[in-house]
Parts: sequence; C-alpha cells; structure tokens
Amino acid sequence: MKIAVLIKQVPDTDDVRMDAEKGTMVREGKGAIVNPLDLNALQAALDLKELLPEGTEVAVLSMGPPRAHEALRECLSMGADRGILLTDRLFAGSDTWATGKVLAAAIEKEGPFDLILAGEKATDGETGQVGPEVAALLDIPFSTYVSGLTLAGGGVEVRRTVEGGVQRQRLPFPCLLTVLHALNDPTMPTLRGKKRARRAEIPSLGGADLGLSPHETGLEGSATRVVKIGYPTLARNTEMYGEGRLDEGIERLVAILRERAVL
Amino acid sequence: MADKRRSKEKFFVVGEVRRGRLAPLCRELAGKARQLADSAGGEVTVILLSDRLAEDPETLFSSGADRVMVVEHPSLALYNQEIETNVLAFLLKKENPAVVLAGATTSGRTTLPALAARLETGLTADCTGLEMEEETGQLLQTRPAIGGNVMATIRTPSHRPQMATVRPRTFPLPPASERQGEVLFPWIPPSLFESRVENLGFEEGDEGGGNIQDMDVVVSGGKGLKRPDGFGMLRELAALLGGGVGASRPVVDAKWIDYPHQVGLSGKVVAPKVYIAAGISGSVQHMAGMQTAEFVAAINRDPEAPIFRVADLGLCGDLFEILPRLIERIREEKRKP
Repeated sequence: MKIAVLIKQVPDTDDVRMDAEKGTMVREGKGAIVNPLDLNALQAALDLKELLPEGTEVAVLSMGPPRAHEALRECLSMGADRGILLTDRLFAGSDTWATGKVLAAAIEKEGPFDLILAGEKATDGETGQVGPEVAALLDIPFSTYVSGLTLAGGGVEVRRTVEGGVQRQRLPFPCLLTVLHALNDPTMPTLRGKKRARRAEIPSLGGADLGLSPHETGLEGSATRVVKIGYPTLARNTEMYGEGRLDEGIERLVAILRERAVL
Repeated sequence: MADKRRSKEKFFVVGEVRRGRLAPLCRELAGKARQLADSAGGEVTVILLSDRLAEDPETLFSSGADRVMVVEHPSLALYNQEIETNVLAFLLKKENPAVVLAGATTSGRTTLPALAARLETGLTADCTGLEMEEETGQLLQTRPAIGGNVMATIRTPSHRPQMATVRPRTFPLPPASERQGEVLFPWIPPSLFESRVENLGFEEGDEGGGNIQDMDVVVSGGKGLKRPDGFGMLRELAALLGGGVGASRPVVDAKWIDYPHQVGLSGKVVAPKVYIAAGISGSVQHMAGMQTAEFVAAINRDPEAPIFRVADLGLCGDLFEILPRLIERIREEKRKP
C-alpha cells in the first residue's frame, strides 16, 4: 500500500508571547513545529505500515518555504520512508485552493497513492479546507473528522466524530482522510529514526517540476485576497476583587450570571 | 462586473437539515444573506438537502429567503459529502450566484471546500463578519486566525461565487418578516445521488467533552486545581449553570481530564456567553481558545496571572475557598422563586 501524508509546518504556539503594550501576539523568530494533527495523520500511516509491512510505503509531502524541510525530517525520524518538499517562490501567497492545486499535482506526480492522510486543520490558518480541496481536485472520495480507522476490503472504514455523535463510513481506495487528535497517540522519534532522518535526502519540487504554470499557484493562482489584517486588542477592563473583597466579588459574579440569563 | 448586473444578483445559503428538522443556522444565514442581498439589490435562495423534510420550508421566507430549493432523496438520510458536493455543484453552476454561505459545522466545513474546488473558486472559513463593500459590490469576509489574535479581511475579487462558511450563532437570528416566496423542487440527474462513500450508520452521543463549543457557559480548570478530583467542583458549578467543563492543556497532558475538554489553540476554540477560568494562569495558547467569550471571569491566586488581562471580572484568591462559596451562593439563588 502506498500512503501519502500531507503535513504543514506551523509556528509553535507554546512559544509565542504577548506584546504587553499592544495586547497582540508576537510570532517573529519563534520555533516551528509539525502541525499537531498532521502527526496524528502520520501515526495512522505508520500504524498501517506496521500492520502491513510488506510493500507499504509512507511518503510525507509538505508545501512551504525551504525551512519546512525540518518538519519533513521530523516525520522521517518518526518512521516515514521519504519526504518531498514542495517549494517555490511562486507558491508564496497561496490560498487554500492554490495550495490544494500544488498538493494534488505532487500526489499525481509522486503516486499513485492508495491513501492520503492529513490533519483536520492546522493550528495557524485553522481552515480545514485543504484536505477536501485536494480530494475534489483529484476527484477521489474523502472523509473528514476521522477519529477511527480500519482497513476493510480494498478500502477503509472510518468513524467521523461530528455534532451529536459518530458517523461510520466506508470508502474505497484511493481516498483521502483528514484526521482528529482522538485517532491515536503519535510516538516520539527514535534515536535510530533521527540518525536515518539526518542522512535522508529530501528532494524539493517547484511549480515547473509539477507541471504547474505560474498562473495556477501562489497569489496569482489564488481566488481570495487578504485585504486587511487587524490585531484586535485582547485586554479587557478587569474588575478585580482581592482578599477582603472576595465576597463582594462573588456577589457581583452571581448578579452578572443572573443578568446574562445563565442562572 | 457592472454589465452583468442586469438580472438580480443571487445570494445562496446552503442550509442544514438534521433528521428532517431545519438547523437554526438556516434562519441565521438566511437573515444574513437577506441583509447582504438588500445592500446589493439581490435575492436570497436557501438550498435544503434531506431525505424527507419534517418542517415547512416556507418558514424560511420570514427569515429573509425569496426562494427555498428543496432536494429530497433517500441517499441524503445521513450526511454524504460526495452527494452533497455533486448536487450543490450542479445547482450552483446553473444558478451562477454571486455569494454562497454555509454553516461552519463539520458538514459545512467538509462539503464547502470540495464544492469550492469543483467550482474553481475561493472559500473563506469560519467568518465572523460579512458585508458588501460599497465601491466594488464585493463580499468582505472577516475571519479570526490564531484563535482571534489576528482578524483577516478577505475578498474574492474575480472568481464566482464568493463563498464563506460561518460559525453557527455568529449572527443574531433575524426578526420575523411578512416576506413571501416560492418553494422549488429542482430536478437533479439521478446519477448525482450515487456515491463512492458508503454510510454505515450513526451512533448518537457526545465525544466525552459534552460538546463545549455549543455551550452558553464553560467552566474551565487548570493546574491550580492541584489534583484531578478538583474538577469535581467545576463539574458541579457547570451543572448548576447548564454549562460544560473545559480545561487547560497542562491538565489534559497530565491526564486529569480527557482531550475533548481542552480549550485552546491545540484543543477547542470556544465563544460562550460566560467563561469561568479557575486555576488557569493563561498561556497564549489557552487564551486564544476563549478570549472571544462574551464575559470572562477568572479565579486565580496570582494577581499577575495573564488570564486576568482577558477577564471582565477577576477573583484573586484561593480557589478552594472561592469556588465552594460561589457554588453555595448559586444554589441559594436557584432556590429562590
């Protein structure tokens, strides 16, 4: 079985701090990690490989700047067989659709794959759109919010955690799934994996390698444009009640709960 | 664009039907679409896909719809991403709308991206603000990113339709109007109801976290609770207020409580009417998951705890004294007639 895992390098949100004056997030120069849910996708692929070691290959693909090879290397150290970086200055400014076009082209070039896995969403953009967009561009069946996964005769059976319950679906190969945290517990990289990852070659592919014209990717290939970025101030005017005034504070809170009709 | 405006611009809402009933977001989005359409002289259509509607689709006229398109088919009994995408792509290609809105529910966030790719257009996720720009007649789509630390306003300049998903309960439900409209039953090619995705069933129940994203009140705890059983007090308080229990990441990592309760960037982003944080100092990643709550109360013994900066009311002291007193006072209040 050939499995592709789509990953994204995202800022490490444990590492960000607030600008106390402006009340905004400081992101510059901070660490980068593999998007946490993408690690669940990778773990699912590795679990399938353990189940079917014969002929199973796990390829990890990421679109991003050159430094995103770090994220691919981390996936290799966890046990992925190969990593492919999709990077090109012309990819800059891609919206989810343009990103989907690059990933779909790379999947076609590097495949065929039976199964494509990705995290349900990334912690930075939080759109959750790229997975379904890639599936639509490849015209393959897909499912989302996957919290359970088993192989079932030429395809997969999945559990989707959605509002009000769990839906079970069966999909034939090839198909694409986006996964949730509940699916598994990603393992830590092993020392051996780290060594192997350090030596591994991670090829880079650009738009021309993927047969994409500059009009199809990046800002030009995007349908949406960010026209304004605002940094809302988060600080509120806090009514503080400390020692000696706690009862007063509790009374005030009870009154507010009544006002807001939650009591 | 101006030359294309001879006929009325069309504003579409992809409704959501669960077991025959219209989800409240149908009315919410019909109302929002009405507002947008009025500023552009357009008309509003709501599409409803289900196996069998148990509710009168005409009720949506009073929320702002001019037309309701009803598609009923046995294959739509359970959500099927492929069939929904097929049917919507077929209808929207014919109708060529200016704007398409849908709920940012698990189904909306699944169908709409596939639909947008099929229609070769853009899509903006989880919008909290939508308005028509006067000069251009384009839809301005505002969405939070990084848990609300950044607000991005996005436009779809030259692709149509302009598509957006909206988190349920973002906009107020529209007041009822006297509007009348028409209900349509469009013909759909039967092959579009065939799917490679097979539905095997649906088991009701929550994932264990009590769906805290849908709650009006969320009471969350962190390391300040000192022990896993500290959550007992929070459960009691949450139950009294009809709310759910949340948690910071460190206590989830320490396995004091399950992941579905985790509030923050790597857990759930919640925006309840009231958020109460007890024993949570307030990491950026936690605050990004709750700072858009309407009202925030924080209980912490450290007056310098960052959580107080995003709180409307701060109780600075020992939570093991404060919480029992608060619970007792709420009990008394509830006993009052």
